[in-house]
Amino acid sequence: MTTASSADHPTRRDFLYVATGAVAAVGAAATVWPLVAQMNPDAATIAAGAPIEVDLTPIAEGQDIKVFWRGKPIYISHRTKKQIDEARKVPVASLPDPQSDESRVKPGHDQWLVVIGICTHLGCIPIAHEGAYDGFFCPCHGSVYDTSGRIRQGPAPTNLPVPPYTFVSDTKIQIG
Amino acid sequence: MSGPSDFQPTNPALKWIERRLPIMGLMHSSFVAYPTPRNLNYWWTFGAILSLMLGVQILTGVILAMHYTPHADLAFKSVELIVRDVNYGWLLRNVHACGASMFFFAVYIHMFRGLYYGSYKEPREVLWILGVIIYLLMMATGFMGYVLPWGQMSFWGATVITNLFSAVPYFGESIVTLLWGGYAVGNPTLNRFFSLHYLLPFVIAGVVVLHIWALHVAGQNNPAGVEPKTEKDTVAFTPYATIKDMFGVSCFLLFFAWFIFYMPNYLGDAENYIPANPAVTPAHIVPEWYYLPFYAILRSIPNKLAGVVAMFGAIIILAFLPWLDSAKTRSSKYRPLAKQFFWMFVVVCIGLGYLGAQPPEGIYVIVGRILTIAYFAYFLILLPLLSRIEKPRPVPNSIADDVLAKSGGKAVPMVSSVVALMVAGGLLLGGAESARAAEGAPKPPAQKWSFSGPFGTFDRGALQRGLQVYKEVCASCHGLSFVAFRNLAESGGPGYSVAQAAAFASEYKVKDGPNDQGEMFERPGRPADYFPSPFPNEQAARVANGGAFPPDLSLITKARSYGRGFPQFLIDFFTQYQEQGPDYLVALMQGYEDKPPAGFTLPEGSYYNRYFPGHAIKMPKPLNDGQVTYSDGSPATVAQYSKDVTTFLMWAAEPHMEARKALGLQVFVFLILLTVLLYFTKKKVWANAH
Ligand code: FES
Repeated sequence: MTTASSADHPTRRDFLYVATGAVAAVGAAATVWPLVAQMNPDAATIAAGAPIEVDLTPIAEGQDIKVFWRGKPIYISHRTKKQIDEARKVPVASLPDPQSDESRVKPGHDQWLVVIGICTHLGCIPIAHEGAYDGFFCPCHGSVYDTSGRIRQGPAPTNLPVPPYTFVSDTKIQIG
Repeated sequence: MSGPSDFQPTNPALKWIERRLPIMGLMHSSFVAYPTPRNLNYWWTFGAILSLMLGVQILTGVILAMHYTPHADLAFKSVELIVRDVNYGWLLRNVHACGASMFFFAVYIHMFRGLYYGSYKEPREVLWILGVIIYLLMMATGFMGYVLPWGQMSFWGATVITNLFSAVPYFGESIVTLLWGGYAVGNPTLNRFFSLHYLLPFVIAGVVVLHIWALHVAGQNNPAGVEPKTEKDTVAFTPYATIKDMFGVSCFLLFFAWFIFYMPNYLGDAENYIPANPAVTPAHIVPEWYYLPFYAILRSIPNKLAGVVAMFGAIIILAFLPWLDSAKTRSSKYRPLAKQFFWMFVVVCIGLGYLGAQPPEGIYVIVGRILTIAYFAYFLILLPLLSRIEKPRPVPNSIADDVLAKSGGKAVPMVSSVVALMVAGGLLLGGAESARAAEGAPKPPAQKWSFSGPFGTFDRGALQRGLQVYKEVCASCHGLSFVAFRNLAESGGPGYSVAQAAAFASEYKVKDGPNDQGEMFERPGRPADYFPSPFPNEQAARVANGGAFPPDLSLITKARSYGRGFPQFLIDFFTQYQEQGPDYLVALMQGYEDKPPAGFTLPEGSYYNRYFPGHAIKMPKPLNDGQVTYSDGSPATVAQYSKDVTTFLMWAAEPHMEARKALGLQVFVFLILLTVLLYFTKKKVWANAH
């Protein structure tokens, strides 16, 4: 097939080959799309991740509860005056992940700390009311968080994230 | 696989690997330099098509297994959730389910091709036997796969097929119990079938490697049936066979895509959209079409053990073919008698397939016996006899001579045999179909549906009105448990906004819990909730409905069907008619008659319906004129109500129908383009070979 006699033949032939190859390649690539897309969360999972409402009235001062949203544990702590003060005393600049306590709670609801209870190191669940800072302690590799859920010690790189939430009323929040 | 290769990579890294593991040389000698007879026709591309299908089935199967739950209580639902919620889940499921049929379709052509051209003869006996083993494995895999959706046909198919083994003397019962893992088909059965259904395709892949190995040792057979002698008789596998196979595959994909995107349920059984119920056997247990000929043989023999032996014997006998047919001439082209009998054998097989789908009574049994005898006679009497008495025509001296002898005019037999094959296949399928028909009820009149045909879409107004009818009328007895409120806002549905769907949901009370006190409680519905069912369980439903169980309506339009008969069934394949379910439902809702015809005794607590199988239905006339008040001014008539609610239920059964048809169009445009390009590329490549 390398012995085409006339000069214009190879060009036309090459064009045909390239076109066929290109179309086949596009088809192959398009086929891969659904095969990969199916791994993403399905519609039922996404729908189940809709916002949830949590009633805060049963949580006494100094206590906390754990609720689940999108399969993640969310800590809701009703902080004492002492805990809030501790969180606000520390100079923000000295923190590994500098963030003020005020920026991590909703204004006017300073006593409520809502954080995703997943250690930012490798995903274990920190234990509340443990560790040197009266906040959270992760038993897996010893990360210590303070009463604002900020990382103070250990291998975790960042503070416990605050999920999106709003106060529907003074005693009710909506997460998500 | 065909001797040491002279292939040497130039890249030093590849060279380094090649010296330690000559895999590139192996690939090169097997799939590039490998000499392939130059006179192969398109029947030979089915080998490549089959390799592709195995790959497709394994790939989609592995993916489906990521979403499927092999548990008797959850399997049916998990399949539905794959189709409804998983991204492209409907596509993957259609590909896998139709793919099984395509796989068998291709393997039958591949087998008949081998039979016609004598591809099993010396020195290809082992190659052929490996093929028979693959076929057996395919049958086992296909059967177990059909059980997994855990519908009525799954369950009863599993029961009937596993019970075949009870025919074994002395140990039969123990074997069956062992297969079931219980006293009946149940959850343990489903679990082990799932495990084996996942395993066997890889075993098939392993045997396929042996099959190809044996092929590359013996070399391919060819239409002339003479071995290649000189260089002139062969061409290199790549590009010649490769491009031809690719063109063949592309044509096959067009055929395949027709099913995937437009006729996904054409080859399936409506009964399998009803969840498995160990208390009710469907009126007709019909296996998938590709088992029908053997099923017919099983039923033709009035003795349990003999029937089972005959059925398995019909497959096993294939393995002995190389010795039953000892004729020296391979290709039937040069065997005038064998050729005629071959086609008669094809007809016998198709006839058996047709009978396998008919009720085992009357004339069908007698014809079934005749054809069963003919089937075995072909192998046991005819082929051995022919090889002794037949005088074959002279075969060409070489493949090159064969090619020269018939330049031009060979496309015609190919086309006509493809057409003949399609008609025959359709007959077989049509047979499978008509078994479901004929309970003595008249055929429902065909309605006009906005969603029928390749470009069909749902009429939004009808969907919204249908939802209203369902909510105000049907919902008092029938559940809709696979439909979530959020679906109402999805594209391709009734066209509500997310807020409207949420408001609609909040009108419902949904059970939730337990709460912190450990108690269940009721709360307003959310978009993620599913339509609550009117009764807590089947027993409660039966008590409230005079012993009848109002079926869940989520899948009702797919779970009801009626026979279209031959040849209408064939025409349906081309016109894409698949609205048997909706047509039946509309007819049913309008088919009530106040007085049963004379001579018909209506059982207590039943109502007469012209279209209901057996006519005595427990559901009172559900719809009456003026019962539902539409806000858009559509007529408040039973005819309108029934059409609207059926449209809504069609959507409920397949929320992604519009996406399916839209994607189908894109795929077809693409495949046609690819096929045309491949055709010309193939012509160009082969121009140098002639
Ligand atoms: S995961 Fe928490 S410290 Fe490593």
